[in-house]
Amino acid sequence: MSAHEEHDHHHEQSFIEKYVFSMDHKMIAKQFLITGMIMGIIGVGMSLLFRLQLAWPEKEWPILEALLGKWGTDGVMDPNIYLALVTIHGTIMVFFVLTAGLSGTFSNLLIPLQIGARDMASGFINMLSYWFFFASSVVMVVSLFVESGPAAAGWTIYPPLSALPQAMPGSGMGMTLWLVSMSLFIVSSLLGALNYIVTVLNLRTKGMSMTRLPLTIWAFFVTAILGVLSFPVLFSAALLLIFDRSLGTSFYLSDIMVAGELLSNQGGSPVLFQHLFWFLGHPEVYIILLPALGITSEVISTNARKPIFGYRAMVGSILAIAFLSFIVWGHHMFVTGMSPFLGSVFTFTTLLIAIPSAVKAFNYITTLWKGNLRLTPAMLFSIGLVSTFITGGLTGLILGDSALDINVHDTYFVVAHFHIVMGLSAIFGMFAGVYHWFPKMFGRRMSKSMGYIHFWITFVCAYGVFFPMHFLGMAGLPRRYYTNTSFPMFDDLADINVMVSIFAIVGGIAQVVFIFNFFYSAVRGKKSTQNPWKSNTMEWTTPVEHIHGNWPGEIPEVHRWAYDYSKPGMDEDFVPQTTPLQEGEEEGSH
Amino acid sequence: METLLIILVVILGVLVVAQAARVLEVSSSLKKDDTSDTDVTDKDNRTQGLLMLIFMIFMFGSFIWLMWEYKDVLLPGPASEHGVDIDNLWNISMWLIVIVFFITQTLLFVFAYRFRGSKKKKAVYMEHDNRLEFIWTIVPAVVLAALIIYGLTTWTNIMNPSADDEEPMIIELYAKQFGWTARYAGNDNTLGYANVGLIEGVNTLGVDGDDKYAKDDIITTELHLPVGKPVLFKFRSQDVIHSAYLPHFRVQMNCVPGTATQFGFTPSITTADMRLREDVIKKVESVNAVRETKGEEPWEFDYLILCNKICGSAHYNMQMKIVVETEEEYNNWIKEQKAFAEL
Repeated sequence: MSAHEEHDHHHEQSFIEKYVFSMDHKMIAKQFLITGMIMGIIGVGMSLLFRLQLAWPEKEWPILEALLGKWGTDGVMDPNIYLALVTIHGTIMVFFVLTAGLSGTFSNLLIPLQIGARDMASGFINMLSYWFFFASSVVMVVSLFVESGPAAAGWTIYPPLSALPQAMPGSGMGMTLWLVSMSLFIVSSLLGALNYIVTVLNLRTKGMSMTRLPLTIWAFFVTAILGVLSFPVLFSAALLLIFDRSLGTSFYLSDIMVAGELLSNQGGSPVLFQHLFWFLGHPEVYIILLPALGITSEVISTNARKPIFGYRAMVGSILAIAFLSFIVWGHHMFVTGMSPFLGSVFTFTTLLIAIPSAVKAFNYITTLWKGNLRLTPAMLFSIGLVSTFITGGLTGLILGDSALDINVHDTYFVVAHFHIVMGLSAIFGMFAGVYHWFPKMFGRRMSKSMGYIHFWITFVCAYGVFFPMHFLGMAGLPRRYYTNTSFPMFDDLADINVMVSIFAIVGGIAQVVFIFNFFYSAVRGKKSTQNPWKSNTMEWTTPVEHIHGNWPGEIPEVHRWAYDYSKPGMDEDFVPQTTPLQEGEEEGSH
Repeated sequence: METLLIILVVILGVLVVAQAARVLEVSSSLKKDDTSDTDVTDKDNRTQGLLMLIFMIFMFGSFIWLMWEYKDVLLPGPASEHGVDIDNLWNISMWLIVIVFFITQTLLFVFAYRFRGSKKKKAVYMEHDNRLEFIWTIVPAVVLAALIIYGLTTWTNIMNPSADDEEPMIIELYAKQFGWTARYAGNDNTLGYANVGLIEGVNTLGVDGDDKYAKDDIITTELHLPVGKPVLFKFRSQDVIHSAYLPHFRVQMNCVPGTATQFGFTPSITTADMRLREDVIKKVESVNAVRETKGEEPWEFDYLILCNKICGSAHYNMQMKIVVETEEEYNNWIKEQKAFAEL
């Protein structure tokens, strides 16, 4: 170890090595976070633009002409750019913000720090993972500026629509760039995930057994496994689509006449793409959600000053959810004409997920019971997460049931469901993580008042946006409609759309508070102490100022699980994992 | 409603301005390196805990208000035989969801308030409780088992309508960017062979003129169905995936190029009878109230087929009218339509 330290002390890092092509996991975490935030601003900004169109159809908005150019002539949004905005909003939020921005940030920051490792197993691969993500973000942003417009076939890019440039302008150059960007993204995600898995398995410090791992690490670890098993399938789906688009193959195409032209493709099946896509697509939901749940477990336990209730059940339910997530993808395809028997199987497996999810929700609630809740902004976002996880999860009982899915499939009911259960829950988890580990990332504290303001406006607006959408869905309104005015039967839904848009705009603007708080505190915030939340986990035993290798001396040994909060017989209401067991003391959860 | 929205905007606006002012105040205090804006005090716990409770009441209130205010805008009751089963299952699931929603959210927010922290208190150390955890694993499992069995029975009955004694009437629904066409199988109740490769001139569906089953096929741009008679839709798409969505009948199936899909059901209420139903009358009133303020023609209820799978720029306007009528009215209508051989 001492040779390693010596090396660190003598080697002055240049600006480029330290801030740009850094191999330090803590810097890479910050790079992921800030890139994710920039993509988040673009993604949320897009949603505000199409909410303008949905609430006030075909009204003239000078801002649309300014931003959209020829797609917003006279300030009226073009139907093609509406579809493109919806598509890119979905892609950016799902992959760039909630996969890379969330998992990339916190897996990188916390895995080495919480398991007691000097860095990731491979710093170089970790750096590559970020730079592939960066390149993929650049390509995605560039795709917004091509002549024929960005990809517009929905974030699920179902062929033939996405395969045929004749079918819509967005399926031209924009779709090519989308596929290139996503291919780079998959490379980034795989490099990152392999690194996380190897690090968790091999680099745990002495005493850090798997059953002493904080739930954050369990969540990141299982998430990485999900990614490694499912992203390659998306890659093959994308590759075959590239072949169909460019090389004249017929994997997904058969018997098609488009724009008056008869295509020679024969024998392919568009439904094959959907199977491949959702084989990633459903685990992807949990790739997004599990890290947020892991963060919440940690934040709730620390701030309730209580052990997380049912540690083993929490680990078990993470594993159960992860396993089930691989055998439920067909619930996205109940009405594709797939065999009704297969539909039955997918209904069965899908509804089973409710059991481990219920266990998690009840365990969170019980953790609060008789706690001594310190309501920090991170804690508020975590409680918010539990609330949205329940609300959104419950409607899953409807959509997972094939018989009920028939009539609400692809309506706003679905939009409401997945935004609440995975969109809001994951973004709340991400906010909770940022507020909680900001002192670890920047050595400074964020303003709690601004945190409170940010939480309350966001929480109220989030429900205000997505709750009423259930009613739109139950009125039969399909998603991805540029306007509802072609159907008089939807005329009386105009009010709801206006209400939703107002909440969306207010909620979107409120994020300025967060961004201001983030950057201001990073530079001018109050200096943090070493363990500001009185937390048990190992990241708080490292110095406030970041050093290469994380601990100045030996890596401390771990003697107990991470959740000894308010343990009877102890002086303080927390006992760090590195504290040896006292004589006669029994270890928690064993 | 309009006024309510304005009030909402004003309230939110005031909130935003107030909060913005607060942000400025806070940021100026930060400059003085005020230490009080980082650590959570007992007072914060009280305020935030109370806000949690207020939020819960506000959320439940809005939920009930939405249910009351918008009960008329929802889809009217089912107009098909299997739709009744779907709606029963829906109602049972919905009641369950609403009950669990109220119970769990109440626990969550009340605990957040009740157990708000203070310097004087200490949390209770509690690792796990096998009995409790067993209960909340088993209870959802049992409830779900019942839901799954009910759901799968309903699903199987819907997807295998062949159990009906009566042979269904075969109709092809043909989708392309951006419209629907129907093809009736005619007297022989068998559709003639068709393929996009055969599309030429007036033969817009690519029907094979040499096929003996094709001669009596009838192609229409409006869909008429006799009430109480089972139909079996065969779906076809010319270009991209579309989805035939008939919300009033609780019917939806994708139209996939190169792949045959189908959906069988029995319409149970004529358009004329539907217009007399109380929930439909209320829906029409609520729509026409809006249309009147915009100076548009009043709307009359009709069954529709919509496209419910993103299919291109005019996806939002891909529709066809459906008329359900008595068998006699239907026979009169179909007689006036031209058979494929006469085109």
